[in-house]
Amino acid sequence: MKIKSQKDFFSGLMFTVVGAAFGYGATSYNVGTGARMGPGYFPLLLGAILALLGAIILLKSLVVETPDGEPVGAWAWRPLFYIIAGNLLFGILLGGLPSIGFPAMGLIVAIFGTTIVVSMAGDEFKFKETIVLSIILSLMSYAAFIMLLKLQFPVWPSFISG
Amino acid sequence: MDLINNLSLGFGVAFTFQNLIYGFIGCLLGTLIGVLPGIGPVATIAMLLPATYALPPIAALIMLAGIYYGAQYGGSTTAILVNLPGESSSVVTVIDGYQMARKGRAGPALAAAGLGSFFAGCVGTLILAAFAAPLTEVAFKFGPAEYFSLMILGLIGAVVLASGSLLKAVAMIVLGLLLGLVGTDVNSGVARFSFDIPELTDGIGFITIAMGVFGYGEIIANLSQPEDKREVFTGKVTGLFPTQEDFKNMIPAVLRGTAIGSMLGILPGGGALLAAFAAYTIEKKTKLRPGEVPFGQGNIRGVAAPESANNAGAQTSFIPLLTLGIPPNAVMALMVGAMTIHNIQPGPQVMTSNPELFWGLIASMWIGNAMLIILNLPLIGMWIKLLTVPYRWLFPAIVLFCAIGVYSTNNNTFDIWLVGAFGVIGYLFIKLGVEPAPLLLGFILGPMMEENLRRALLLSRGDWTVFVTRGLSASLLAAAAVLLIVVLLPSVKSKREEAFVEE
Repeated sequence: MKIKSQKDFFSGLMFTVVGAAFGYGATSYNVGTGARMGPGYFPLLLGAILALLGAIILLKSLVVETPDGEPVGAWAWRPLFYIIAGNLLFGILLGGLPSIGFPAMGLIVAIFGTTIVVSMAGDEFKFKETIVLSIILSLMSYAAFIMLLKLQFPVWPSFISG
Repeated sequence: MDLINNLSLGFGVAFTFQNLIYGFIGCLLGTLIGVLPGIGPVATIAMLLPATYALPPIAALIMLAGIYYGAQYGGSTTAILVNLPGESSSVVTVIDGYQMARKGRAGPALAAAGLGSFFAGCVGTLILAAFAAPLTEVAFKFGPAEYFSLMILGLIGAVVLASGSLLKAVAMIVLGLLLGLVGTDVNSGVARFSFDIPELTDGIGFITIAMGVFGYGEIIANLSQPEDKREVFTGKVTGLFPTQEDFKNMIPAVLRGTAIGSMLGILPGGGALLAAFAAYTIEKKTKLRPGEVPFGQGNIRGVAAPESANNAGAQTSFIPLLTLGIPPNAVMALMVGAMTIHNIQPGPQVMTSNPELFWGLIASMWIGNAMLIILNLPLIGMWIKLLTVPYRWLFPAIVLFCAIGVYSTNNNTFDIWLVGAFGVIGYLFIKLGVEPAPLLLGFILGPMMEENLRRALLLSRGDWTVFVTRGLSASLLAAAAVLLIVVLLPSVKSKREEAFVEE
């Protein structure tokens, strides 16, 4: 059997698997009856519906002809990696990782780290430009979030500010 | 008269110096972010939401209304100047607006969009104020079965108007509903799908989903496309004001657009989008005056009508939200989330228990619209400059502000890990061609639907026929069924697909 629409095939697969997983998970809670719905009732119902919808989409992708096969296309690994990595780095630098004893570095260090890593996701990466951008973003964030909105952020590394 | 009394109460609340300032800042920030290419209103509001946390509820809602209008207007600006619709409802504005810009008439196009939107906004606010009270009366007649059926209608309405595959959109809603159930079940206290992670027992934050899926997902998708040289008309925006001839063409178009928008906006579902499409189609069908530019080549009516319809629809789509507590689209879903953060549960009880807030919000919508025109017509030059900021400076800033915003919601790094995960999921959605907006809508409605289903079935002792034996509930479900059938009819189906690929 040939896949007629790649996009539909994989999205159908995704919906089926996720729906089944939610439905299976729901059975570990008390399902109850209609009149006395337990915490598992609604998720089980929805999980079943989602799995069913996914299966229909999956089936359609094998039957209904499309002009170009609707390919999913190449994955943009580079932006995907750097954007997500930059985001995670922000969390690590801002709050630290107590589980491995990594100290919190505070907002300013986190801004520099994130801006530099995220910038690498683009086609051209100019180090000097990125540093200037980091400085501007640090000043803006400090003014907006710390001074104006008074959000509770650790601003400097914990070993300096104590 | 009640209407006048209510409105004056509202304006009394909204017209304090402080609130006006918040409204102004909201508008400014909303436009500032909304005008950046590739950021739609959902991402804009999600990004700016944390900025309102520290404010008192009324000020926060006023600022949010400002952000909302600012973001929408910013979207039209990018549509006209860069040929990039920032949101689905400005897709039709692009057609004639961009052509006008290419002919050096970006100024009149932007002014037509702004003035048309302002007029439509004023009418929309009046309709909202007039309809809110009677509709709230109706809302008190609603039992859990009616609410459940209404939500079904709302969700179906939202997807039949979405572009792309209907089946996938429905699946996305269900997925959203499921994600909304993560966390502690209010009835039994059981932590569902939380994998023993303490942060997940409070549920997933809607900002986390919105920023991950709409913010990160789209940035990754944007970056994966080769950067084509976008044409931006910076130097050529001279002569801001439309000519007398333009006004003659514009005024009837604005009136028609406003009428269509106000009517369609009340419908549950993406009213604003449908309104813009319908308004453009009607303008296209009316006869051209002698000497008028044909449609598709820069006709000012092609900008004025959909923009007015869009704004009127955006305004009246607050009606189901404020009277019934049901968000009709993804942006309104965000507003619900924002209100709950400020301990306001939108719905009929807001108006009776908290009239200052309710009417203050309505008044602030009008103020938001007025701010927009005061702010934007003189500042158009500045917004255009913003469009020339290269994307390679923009996206690091967006990622950073998303990360800061997510962290500030709970002061918790766990949310940062979660938003990263949703970023990957958002990119996956784009690759698989599924639209994320229905997901967000389902996510907000999930707990509400479960609660109403539970109550309805408890009252009927587990009898599912309660949804069709109660008259009001049955007619709501029938309306949903009719909507689905109409969309699935072969002739309408091909028309619908045609409408979404047009141009």
